[in-house]
Amino acid sequence: MVSFLIRRVVQAILVMLAVAFLSFSMFNYAGDPVNNMVGQEASREDRAELRERLGLNDPFPVQFARFVGNAIQGNFGISYQLQRPVADLIAERMPATLELVLVSAILALSTGIPLGVYCGIARHSWLSRFFLTISLVGVSLPTFVIGIFLIYIFAVTLGVLPSFGRGGVVELGWWKTSFLTADGWRSLIMPAITLSLFQTTLIMRLVRAEMLEVMRTDYIKFARARGLSNRAINFGHALKNTLVPVITIAGLNIGALIAFSIITETVFQWPGMGLLFIQAVSFADVPIMSGYLVLVALVFVTINLIVDLLYYAVDPRLKVDRGTSAGRIA
Amino acid sequence: MSIDSDSGAKGLLGRALDSDLWFSFTRSPVVMVAAVVTLLYFLAAIFAPLVAPQNPFDPASLSLGDSFTAPAWTEYGMPEYLLGTDDQGRDILSTLIYGARISLLVGFAAVILSAVIGISLGVTAGYVGGGFESVVMRVADVQLTVPGILVALMIDGVARTAMPRELHDQIAIYVVIFAIGVSDWPQYARVTRGATMVEKSREYVQAAKVIGIHPLLIMLRHILPNVMGPVLVLATIGLALAIIAEATLSFLGVGVPPTTPSLGTLIRVGNNFLFSGEWWITFFPCLALIGLVLSVNLLGDWLRDALNPRLR
Amino acid sequence: MKTLAYALGIGVALATAVSGAADAKTLRWASQGDALTLDPHAQNEGPTSTMNSQIYDALILRDKDLKKIPGLAVSWAPVEPTVWEFKLREGVTFHGGQPFNADDVVFSFERALSETSDFKNYINSVSEIRKVDDYTVQIVTDGPNPILPDQITSIRIMDQEWSQEHGVEKPQDYAGEQETYAVRNTNGTGPFILEKRDPGIETVLKVNDGWWGWDVTDAKTNVTEVVYKPIANPATRVAALLSREVDFVLDPPLQDLKRIESTPNLKVQQINQIRTIFFGLDLGRDELRNSDVTGKNPFQDPKVREAMYRAIDIETIQRKTMRGLSFPAGIITSPGVNGYTEALDERMAFDPDQAKALLAEAGYPDGFGVQLDCPNDRYNNDEAICQATVGMLAKIGIKVNLNATPKSIHFKSLQNKESDFYMLGWGVPTLDSHYVFSYLAASEGSWNFTGFSDARLDELTKAMEVETDAAKRDAMIAEAWDILKASNAYLPLHHQVIAWGMSDGLELPIVPNDSPSFRMAQMR
Repeated sequence: MVSFLIRRVVQAILVMLAVAFLSFSMFNYAGDPVNNMVGQEASREDRAELRERLGLNDPFPVQFARFVGNAIQGNFGISYQLQRPVADLIAERMPATLELVLVSAILALSTGIPLGVYCGIARHSWLSRFFLTISLVGVSLPTFVIGIFLIYIFAVTLGVLPSFGRGGVVELGWWKTSFLTADGWRSLIMPAITLSLFQTTLIMRLVRAEMLEVMRTDYIKFARARGLSNRAINFGHALKNTLVPVITIAGLNIGALIAFSIITETVFQWPGMGLLFIQAVSFADVPIMSGYLVLVALVFVTINLIVDLLYYAVDPRLKVDRGTSAGRIA
Repeated sequence: MSIDSDSGAKGLLGRALDSDLWFSFTRSPVVMVAAVVTLLYFLAAIFAPLVAPQNPFDPASLSLGDSFTAPAWTEYGMPEYLLGTDDQGRDILSTLIYGARISLLVGFAAVILSAVIGISLGVTAGYVGGGFESVVMRVADVQLTVPGILVALMIDGVARTAMPRELHDQIAIYVVIFAIGVSDWPQYARVTRGATMVEKSREYVQAAKVIGIHPLLIMLRHILPNVMGPVLVLATIGLALAIIAEATLSFLGVGVPPTTPSLGTLIRVGNNFLFSGEWWITFFPCLALIGLVLSVNLLGDWLRDALNPRLR
Repeated sequence: MKTLAYALGIGVALATAVSGAADAKTLRWASQGDALTLDPHAQNEGPTSTMNSQIYDALILRDKDLKKIPGLAVSWAPVEPTVWEFKLREGVTFHGGQPFNADDVVFSFERALSETSDFKNYINSVSEIRKVDDYTVQIVTDGPNPILPDQITSIRIMDQEWSQEHGVEKPQDYAGEQETYAVRNTNGTGPFILEKRDPGIETVLKVNDGWWGWDVTDAKTNVTEVVYKPIANPATRVAALLSREVDFVLDPPLQDLKRIESTPNLKVQQINQIRTIFFGLDLGRDELRNSDVTGKNPFQDPKVREAMYRAIDIETIQRKTMRGLSFPAGIITSPGVNGYTEALDERMAFDPDQAKALLAEAGYPDGFGVQLDCPNDRYNNDEAICQATVGMLAKIGIKVNLNATPKSIHFKSLQNKESDFYMLGWGVPTLDSHYVFSYLAASEGSWNFTGFSDARLDELTKAMEVETDAAKRDAMIAEAWDILKASNAYLPLHHQVIAWGMSDGLELPIVPNDSPSFRMAQMR
């Protein structure tokens, strides 16, 4: 167990190094930050001088070594655009994204699982077919289209929900929450629905498939043969057996939600990390971009690690051979 | 989940000819409609130059003066533009047909790319095992660590800055294909590796091993056909996902250029006119995209159930 | 317990809202991009200057017609050819209570001239700033500088004491690992006081009741609070205005203006901007980088340039792409800039047949291929204009490959001299043609990527820097314009029009530099 743990942690560190290298090296070539920092009318000498001061003229390995050294201390440098430490910026924006992701995840799980269970049990009923078809429509709609249409209907046409931002926020220390005001909750509705829709449909389909799979196992057949009620079988036995993979999925979902929040946050001008990231991309703000990518990768690696350990704990025979179902999410 | 543990599966060819599959197809009107719609998209895309009223990629044929024309049946419509025109005076119907062509091209190429990478790595990893397997699966993990859309963004960004600028627009579409294709291979690798490991332990493979058949041959002849079922399902759903991924990249501004728009680019551009009353510029591409993705998804869904005999 | 706290919170909020309702007026506004910093000398960039100008004053301000009006200086005049003297306003205090005097002016100018300042280009002719007495300063320039008063309208004044106390004697250094105090904290003399700064999310300004300028320059605003939120997505920005979540949008997309106008209680204000959009042609090279013509550069032939000019149907672009919100241009600077005349702004007629004939005469009867580089997030509908141009040039046989990129990439490739054919827009903060010539037309101009070089024009550009006789100087400017216009090195497109969307209840004078002054805002 200990050696397994160590091996996994070492691997995770290697992964993080690789991601750090990728995010650093790749974005180091995306657009010239100097052009964005000075006014359009600045002279060539000003630009050259700024390049030198930023260390953009140093050799690549020197720049990378500096990057990793700083990253370990949580220092991703200072944003070219906002002129503030990236760590501060990300810390400031993180609550917004995490709150959005949390609500979306709860939304996705609380609707996706019951719908999936229902569709798995009553798979021939017209209602479950209807849900399945609807879920396919949901998967077939690009996130940004859903967002824009929601804004068009509920903010512009009906005027019942705010179209952008977080609404009223309350500061709890450094954490700014929109959970404590009615306005904050109203602002959360549309982005959360937009973000969760795709995940809801995925979870629903996944749970359904797991249910179907479990329902035909000998274990359930025996339970049926023993004369247990349908209710006891469905919820006491079948659902319980589907839950392990579903919990795994839920964990990975959070990572996927963080990634997809980039799009949702762009549409709703939600002041989270994703918006920070995409604004940084258009600005070629290398420090923010690399900081964000490393952070997101860290979240994913951590989740992966936990999932690995979970699997190991549940069934050592699996030799940490995770189900493919988990892979379908990302 | 079901697809990887599809242990009793026969080969894909055998399945395709299986009357069960055909039977389930003919029994489901929704799936038949989806198949017909998908086929129509394919045909329109392939024969676009013959079907489309206008070639929207030929700038000389455009008339800016005709831009923002409403669909033909509305008050301000013009009969030669059935679904109206966009901001550059392009016939919407033609842009849809040509756009579907690009979306399908990107989708197919990306799926093939990721399937080829994923299957070859997955089967080999599952069969060979050991260090190779652990490296491949760890790399797959790394890849899954960074969400597909981020991977695609990174690859696209690098390609854009690393390649000579004069090649930008010509290669933009290949960059997108590469970005989406590479971001999706771990799915295939995982599925095929799992299936391969199951198959590997079977007696017939063991027997083949014992009589000294070359491992490559075993993989190709015995294992590959058995994983094709789940791969086909993955590929179908992957096609839908790739088309959406392309649209999303275009929304974020790193997709194919607007001079040769895909459905995703058309929606992005059209979205700018949502509030100004020119609804048709975004509405029809949305409809076309949803129609295409939905049909493909329906087919994939049906295929998954149909190829898994236990679910019937 | 939580519910109780929550209920109490609402109660308190309501109470303050009710008590303040009689005179509290909040103006909520949005635009695409936030100010990059609140350090007044760190960034020469539109949104940043707009925000800083609410908080900081300059010696000379501009009114709603962009005329110079006394700011922290009550009067100014040249005392020698190379020395301008400024009499300062007495009795002014900074938001933090410190008195304003000549030391602050000297300090601020030195700060704006320091290495990390982004404003040193405006005042690089300044060699010395002298304090004469507490309320008099003299600015010494290298040579006679007739437009110094125009240039210093961008130089905002900080408090020396406060800056030293917080260690911000120099503007933000990008290479520094720390953000400086002045990035998010301010101490100006301006009409508004910074209340809250959340970069990229929200900025709140409170009116400065003690501003020296109320009733001196403008009528006092009745707005007590200005709340700014950046909204990058254009559709969301329009939606926010349509649903009344903001009172004012600085940059609504052109296509949505009709919708805004037709919405009850919303209106659109328009004014010609000091910014002209044009194409540049590289005629300096012997061979283009991205073209199927080898061994020669087609742009070097004046007939080709004229053909391209005549092939562009700018009026259709104005009507369709710009929705009427542009004015076709004949030269690359706008009305309002010294040196502009209506006669210069006349365009050659749109004539595709003649364009084709010209191309044939030049030896390209079947046209040629070329790449057009274009930004897609800088000017009004920039990419759409380029796309339309591609179609129009295709009609005379020129096959254009459009390369539309974000401004960061576009400007980089221009700076690296990688473009044959590009779109650019040029504004003139000094409101004088010299600014255009020195950057865009002089052989050594740092934004002249056309390879255009004319000895006489270079000579004129140098001469107008030191010519103090206005009539002589204007004649030089006129001659220089004639040379540049005749060259067709730049193909002018149009002057941009600014459109602001706002609620009917808001009176906010629109200004050609696209920078709203909330000190003039009146709300119902």
